[in-house]
Amino acid sequence: MAERSFAKEVRDLELGAGEEFRGEGILALTKALLQSGVGYVGGYQGAPISHLMDVLNDAQDTLNKLGVQFSNSASEAAAAASLAASVMYPIRGAVTFKAPVGVNVASDALANLTSGGVTGGALIIIGEDYGEGSSIMQERSHSFAMKSQIWLLDPRPNLESIVKSVEDGFELSEVSNTPVMLEVRIRACHVHGSFIAKDNKPPAFTLQQALQAPVRDTSRIVLPPASYLHEKEKIEQRWPNAVKFIKERKLNEFFDGDLTDLGIIVQGGMYNGVQRALERLGLADVWGKTRVPIYCMNVVYPVVDDEVADFCATKKAVLIVEEGQPEHIEQSIATILRRRDINTKIYGKGVLPMAGEYTADVMLKGVRDFLLGAAPGVLSDQVRAPNQPTISDDPRIKALAGTVPPRPPGFCTGCPERPIFAAMKLVEQELGPHHIAGDIGCHLFACLPPFNLGATTMGYGLGPASNAAFNVKTDKKSIAMIGDGGFWHNGLTTSIGNAVYNKHDSVIVVVDNFYSSATGGQDILSSRADNPERSTQNPITKAVEGVGVKWVRQIDRTYDVGKMRDTLKEALTTDTPGPKVIVASSECMLNKQRRVKPQFNKAVKGGVRMVRERFGVDEDVCTGDHACIRLSGCPSLSVKRTDDPLKDDPVAAIDNTCVGCGNCGEVSEAAVLCPSFYRADIVYNPTGWDRFVAKLRSGVIGFLQRRRARNRIAFA
Amino acid sequence: MNVAPSISPALDTAKPLSIAVMAMGGQGGGVLVDWIVALCESQGWAAQSTSVPGVAQRTGATVYFIEVLPLPPGAPKGLRPILSLLPVPGEVDIVIGAELMEAGRAMQRGFVTPDRTTLIASSHRHYAVAEKQSPGDGIGEAENVFAAAAAASKRFIAFDMAELAEKAGSVVSAVLFGAVAASKTLPFERAAFEATIRAAGVGVEPSLRAFAFGYDGALAEASHGPAHTAFKAPIAKRYPALAPVGNAAYDALVARAQKEFPHPAHDMIGAGLQRVVDYQDVAYGKEYLDLLAGILALDKANDGEARGYVLTRTAAKYIATAMAYDDVFRVADLKTRGSRFERVRKEIAAAPDQLVYTTEYMHPRMEEVCGALPAGLGRFIESRPGLFKALDKVVNRGRRVQTGTIRWFLPLYFLGGMRRFRRGTLRHRNEVAHRDAWLAKVKAAAPKNYDFAVELLQVRRLVKGYSDTHARGTSKFDKVMLGAAKVEGRPDAAEWVRRLREAALKDEDGIALSGALKTIDSFV
Repeated sequence: MAERSFAKEVRDLELGAGEEFRGEGILALTKALLQSGVGYVGGYQGAPISHLMDVLNDAQDTLNKLGVQFSNSASEAAAAASLAASVMYPIRGAVTFKAPVGVNVASDALANLTSGGVTGGALIIIGEDYGEGSSIMQERSHSFAMKSQIWLLDPRPNLESIVKSVEDGFELSEVSNTPVMLEVRIRACHVHGSFIAKDNKPPAFTLQQALQAPVRDTSRIVLPPASYLHEKEKIEQRWPNAVKFIKERKLNEFFDGDLTDLGIIVQGGMYNGVQRALERLGLADVWGKTRVPIYCMNVVYPVVDDEVADFCATKKAVLIVEEGQPEHIEQSIATILRRRDINTKIYGKGVLPMAGEYTADVMLKGVRDFLLGAAPGVLSDQVRAPNQPTISDDPRIKALAGTVPPRPPGFCTGCPERPIFAAMKLVEQELGPHHIAGDIGCHLFACLPPFNLGATTMGYGLGPASNAAFNVKTDKKSIAMIGDGGFWHNGLTTSIGNAVYNKHDSVIVVVDNFYSSATGGQDILSSRADNPERSTQNPITKAVEGVGVKWVRQIDRTYDVGKMRDTLKEALTTDTPGPKVIVASSECMLNKQRRVKPQFNKAVKGGVRMVRERFGVDEDVCTGDHACIRLSGCPSLSVKRTDDPLKDDPVAAIDNTCVGCGNCGEVSEAAVLCPSFYRADIVYNPTGWDRFVAKLRSGVIGFLQRRRARNRIAFA
Repeated sequence: MNVAPSISPALDTAKPLSIAVMAMGGQGGGVLVDWIVALCESQGWAAQSTSVPGVAQRTGATVYFIEVLPLPPGAPKGLRPILSLLPVPGEVDIVIGAELMEAGRAMQRGFVTPDRTTLIASSHRHYAVAEKQSPGDGIGEAENVFAAAAAASKRFIAFDMAELAEKAGSVVSAVLFGAVAASKTLPFERAAFEATIRAAGVGVEPSLRAFAFGYDGALAEASHGPAHTAFKAPIAKRYPALAPVGNAAYDALVARAQKEFPHPAHDMIGAGLQRVVDYQDVAYGKEYLDLLAGILALDKANDGEARGYVLTRTAAKYIATAMAYDDVFRVADLKTRGSRFERVRKEIAAAPDQLVYTTEYMHPRMEEVCGALPAGLGRFIESRPGLFKALDKVVNRGRRVQTGTIRWFLPLYFLGGMRRFRRGTLRHRNEVAHRDAWLAKVKAAAPKNYDFAVELLQVRRLVKGYSDTHARGTSKFDKVMLGAAKVEGRPDAAEWVRRLREAALKDEDGIALSGALKTIDSFV
């Protein structure tokens, strides 16, 4: 069950022609696919398109009604490979994943697909995870598109443009027999806006028809000599066809302005930023009117030489706004102008930075510096020489640097991964530090305070593989983390099988929280839930044993810190050869709470006896050393300043968001910390027997307490 | 060439209203954003919102951004504004901080400017790991955020909205939405805001309650006059009065303290005396005053009066702490008190008809057991490693003590009562020796360097907790005392001890402390 439900929103996918659709970018994308008569959809979740997968999952009814097949692909490679259905058959297919990592994973399939070309429209929707909040390396998918000859669309970040791009993309793919990538940046995925809907279209040619009448053509298979011809075909046929279509259908947009000897060439996705910068400089308005002409490239690859040349021919200078590096578009435009001997001056990287996100201020500075260089007369005096000190220079604002703490993402309240790392920290206290390879997933947060565990991360499911070189004799084994998501993505072969085959004497911890949790709690092969659409409940230990691991331990409650610690210690010290695999399983707490909380509340309302556990701290026992926090980092375990004049430091405190996972108590027990933690069992709707026993107990206990209180002076 | 649809031949001067929401993942910032968008759209405005969920949904800091503006009357069909997907520093009208430091972050990022930004923030704190993990006090100063807000914002509305949300059984977003409504930064009636909550249809009643709290809270802030909420310290130290309580023996101590000790130390002595008497008995209180009297004599002899008797006051604090060290008797005593049972019920907000049972997590080791034995016996065992180890095997394991059951309460109660034998235990002997050695150093230092002596007293702050924690604290204490001995005699000795103490509180492993000690070694 995914973290966010779109059950309500997906009803909007049924809107018909002329009706206004309002919602988020990812939802609009789904609607656009249905309007385009897509035959099958696949993908792999990951920010920023995770929710697109969730929308598709929740839209199963609509998809079924239209006859659209939807797969939760095992990986981006699996998703990309599924586009093979469009190679021989006129079926439109779309897949989606996070970029550029997803593109990296999918690269083999994408390159093969592109070489042979497609008959039906093939669309790859990539969520370009770049800039603020991005969780990955900062790279461009643009390079990939160029090297494989995949066309790359980068629409303006509004729903209308994005939806149109999907529709155009399929057609472009079909006329040029080439897969098309549609890039949407992280904010565009989540932009709220509106567009006028069209009717959904069932696929014109169905998968059933294809299976009934299979077609094959060896000239489409990547095998010499066909593959040599594919390259020629790309250049001599597919490219010109694409360019012709882009020009004729006006996929790129021109916005007129009266300052005709200037121009700005911009990637579609950057258009709003440029427009706002011009507006701030007094050269545009909020309705899209501009004084500086703009050439907006909704198709960033291939570049349409004629359009660029025509736009630049009459201009003294143009600014190219292209985020990230290398500056592929700028290089391409420079070549076009040079070849045609057009001497328009190019501004681009230089006034704009080569690296980093084009935030509002970066964009403003870039556009201003372009105009200062190319046509200073169009700027007002104030803009030309702003001399007001900004508020950021105020010492009171500067003082915030030492006050506002960094707040990176971390484990949620009650996260079952926390005790795994608490145990690992305890083991390190005993056996010294080890080389620990991290992996992609929530568990990577362990490399941050307070755990500070994990040295590298090489890619999804590659944690154990990234320790492969450390296969040498020594008394300290390497440790590798891998999540259940990464495990099923490719870890079983790339990491586990690899370690078995190479007889790697190492420790592998599989963090099994029953879902692909970091991306929003989607089900995977080993999920414990019944999923009517998918096959779940396939245990990881069976798979691990299946590829030949001899030393396997299953821990069914990660919160048992003592057991976790002892198992890790055993794995690190055993003489058994080969990889030692610990599968540490407990349900993702976010998902568990979403599942359990409503049931609990319902039971309580119905008068059923229920027990809720939560933790607390005895303030007068706590001395404020915070060792417990350094083994936890739980959001609900915090500190508070105390009014006790004899205490200098804040004491630990647990707030009402505690879900009673038990980590605090287990850790204080295993690490021999102070006994200030207590678990409170709160009995809702106690039975008559409960009340009777409680009365008895409080009678005896109360008597003793009163007796002692009489014979002493107590102030606490 | 395309021409954008336009409402006039010249550039239009309409500007969107910009709203940035600064929140932590899991706070429901998205709900607030959805409400604001729905509200504006219901009033015929164009609205766009964006967010960066990604991994920020996992308790990290995140920014949501909204731009809205009214469509002009008679707008041509298809007219849509081009809105920014990113907050533009200097051009944000409303900044909403769902937590105080997130409001601070907005100011750091330049989103809050005095010419146009209304900053609405919940003043509650949700501490970041960086603040919590320090062995000392790593909490960021809230006061700095208030000072910055006074400089950076046009208006600053702040109050504890998390508390109100809890009271309403809702989330902080709903309170914030109410505060936005009351701030009049969006030109819509209260009813339109409330209709938006109703239309969204989730948790309507609690949300409306929270909304009303937020609305009233913001109005109350505004009625105070100035455009900026001022900082009010949330917690001050509470000194129990140095006053009689109706117990003759204790009251005699109070009378003695009042007569013997100078007024500036009375508040701390009040706290210290209560602590040690509560810890052991009235006789222990007399011991405390005797120890303190020794310090006072020294204080007086060294111009203490002119210095406000800082030495005595500091000693009143740390001698009490040293005397009321943490041991098994103390824990058992505290955990079995009636007042504690009541406090737990309150802390976990148990309803009157609910039963509450607590489970304590205890992990005694042989070290603690030996400490609780009569000194002779304890030493006997300690000096025989084989025996010690064998016994440790029996003792040293985690025990879950269910204090609310008679079976578990009785032994714990019994253990708490054993405190009367405390003076004869090995632990007590060790603690007294440690304390006396420390005070001897203080006394030797006072005539030569008063401030240095005060600093030596404060080193006691490093000794904390039980078991491992206690051992770690004591080793830091010893290291700082050693360092102090090295700088003794220098005019800046006090300053160095302060630095050592602060370094010792920075990190668990004592890395900062080792660094500071190395610096000392480089010049002595």
